[in-house]
Amino acid sequence: MKRRTTAPTGTGPGTGTGTGLERIAASHDVIVTCGSGGVGKTTTAAALAATAAAELGGRVLVVTVDPARRLATALGLQAFGNVETRVPTQAFLDAGVEPQGELWAAMLDTKASWDDLVRRHAPDAATRDAILANPLYQNITGTFTQSHDYIAVERLHELHASGRYDLIVVDTPPTRNAIDFLDAPARMADFFSSRLLRWLITPYRSRLVNLASKPFYAVADRVLGAHFLADIAEFFILFQSMYDGFVERAEAVDRTLHDPRTTFLVVSTLEPAPAQEAAFFCEELARRRFPLGAVVANRALPSYFAEASAHRVAQRLGREATDLAATNAEVLAGDPDPDRAEADLARVLGEIGSSFANYRLMAVREADLAARLTELAPLLVRVPHLDDDVTDLAGLLLLGSYLWGGAPTRPGSDTR
Amino acid sequence: MLFVTGKGGVGKTTVAAALALLGAREGKRVLACEVDAKGALAGAFEAGRVGFEPREVDPGLWLMAMDTEASLREYLRINLRLPLVTRLGPLANVFDFVADAAPGVKEILTVGKLAYEVRERHYDLVVVDAPASGHVIGQLAAPAALGDLVKVGLIRTQTEWMSAILRDPSTTGTVVVATPEEMPVTETIELVDGLRRRTEVDVAAIVVNRVLPELFSHNEQAIFDRVAVGPLHGALRADLGPPLDDVIAGARLAVQLRRRGAEHLARLRAELADLPHLYLPLLFGRTTGARATRVLADALGEELL
Repeated sequence: MKRRTTAPTGTGPGTGTGTGLERIAASHDVIVTCGSGGVGKTTTAAALAATAAAELGGRVLVVTVDPARRLATALGLQAFGNVETRVPTQAFLDAGVEPQGELWAAMLDTKASWDDLVRRHAPDAATRDAILANPLYQNITGTFTQSHDYIAVERLHELHASGRYDLIVVDTPPTRNAIDFLDAPARMADFFSSRLLRWLITPYRSRLVNLASKPFYAVADRVLGAHFLADIAEFFILFQSMYDGFVERAEAVDRTLHDPRTTFLVVSTLEPAPAQEAAFFCEELARRRFPLGAVVANRALPSYFAEASAHRVAQRLGREATDLAATNAEVLAGDPDPDRAEADLARVLGEIGSSFANYRLMAVREADLAARLTELAPLLVRVPHLDDDVTDLAGLLLLGSYLWGGAPTRPGSDTR
Repeated sequence: MLFVTGKGGVGKTTVAAALALLGAREGKRVLACEVDAKGALAGAFEAGRVGFEPREVDPGLWLMAMDTEASLREYLRINLRLPLVTRLGPLANVFDFVADAAPGVKEILTVGKLAYEVRERHYDLVVVDAPASGHVIGQLAAPAALGDLVKVGLIRTQTEWMSAILRDPSTTGTVVVATPEEMPVTETIELVDGLRRRTEVDVAAIVVNRVLPELFSHNEQAIFDRVAVGPLHGALRADLGPPLDDVIAGARLAVQLRRRGAEHLARLRAELADLPHLYLPLLFGRTTGARATRVLADALGEELL
């Protein structure tokens, strides 16, 4: 595999402080982002990949799960699908950055990936076609949530094994049972080798129902309908023909996830529910011996909300709004309606004070959650609220600059 | 029956809890059900652990956590009158297998149990803390989808009455929760579209959670701009000291966040103009627990007046 030769040259805020993801991006082949929905996971993955491509060089691939058209647009692409697409260099140049390397993007299309997998592992064309045409197969690959989990890691393994990329950043599905995707390979292998499965499909093979299983079929037929059960059996009989390939594959996928050059990022916001979910992720990763690189805390409030001196001023504004307005009224003397201006000023000062108190409360809670997450992760990277939503590559690179070097000591100083 | 859904992280559970509490306050018998069994709904009432058997946690308000295996057992007991089911040995194994192998089975057991409660009129209102955007459509479409897949058998007849309950807009609806942010708004618009195209369930309302307060009127904004820079700023800073600038930066951020949120809300209103939009404030204090649920139930009650 091609290795990076260019020395990282940072331009982001706080670069070189060693508090950001630069070190992690430079020393790993695979970065998996996980976290609950709505915390900016996909955007974080894309921003990190874009920044790595810009700063480190080499070929960087971001694999996302959501069909986020907005992200495609942000990357300067019409759309991207299951096949990797290169982000044009021009998009970087338009954002004012001369990239050291290449950025590629792919979206995980569960159905297409499953079909690929079947084509690769089916012993012969007849089996392949039978599987692809089986109604249960179509249903499972289209809607079955666990199939997303498996195919996500499977695809990661395939891309990694291809050796085409120096760094792959993978966004994981926001699974209901947060960590399911990590177990997916093992579960898939277990499933295909389970005794229960063999037991179930036996009668459909031999047409001999043994006595022990009779009551089960009696119930199953009544509940599910015999036709449906036959569909299930056909599906698994066909799938069993791919068993060896599948189990081998699942084990290889599992090895990729445990490789020392793979690391995990837990993405969160500093709100109670996502942070709790993030803590759960950290613990589960540790329990399964997956390496945790860092926690990324998105949309963090600026640190000045926590400062005592500002808090005191805000309290005075709240308490003494009317007096302060009166003593400073002469500045408003030129107003067409000075009395009204003074009353407005008093309200404004009061509002500034109480708003600060509200946000301070949130900031204090954030600090508490951040402290808890710091105990669980080797690194916590705080990313401040950005002035604008991320809608283009420039936005991704700005976000990336905070990820890269860690937030400057006074995040939000740019919002002043 | 109301299915409360929305993008992950928008506060579905809190809104479901507030809706249930509001219903109970109006004298209804309410069943609130958590589908993903993480205990968050019970947390919204500080009710401890709740299982498959509904438990009254507030006057007129029962709470349950969905357990598809228990639902299957109940279903088999009621519909098949099969005591032998219990002797089938490791029911859990069989169940895991069937549920894993046959897509839609877990979904149908969830929806089936809830629809059963509605059909039997055990409650006046059933509020479901439903799965997030990605899964809710699969869940609500499950009876129809399974009906297509299974041509005969008991499930077939079962899916028919479930579908009938789900597609009656006077009985069943979804409440889609959003927040005033770009992705949640976009996803809400897509979700409503998906619910309308791929399920038979009516969309009853949009609830926008965590709406930020408006800081200043138009006039006040002009004054604030002068507080932030210029002679008025200088005079106040002389009075209060340099940390005033941090406080002003904080107010600017608050104004900016509110303004950005308002733009997203305008888009949501424009795209889904045919639906009622209800607004709930961001709670700066405690955002979870029984007190937060009560505050949001009050706010929701006022919105519904």
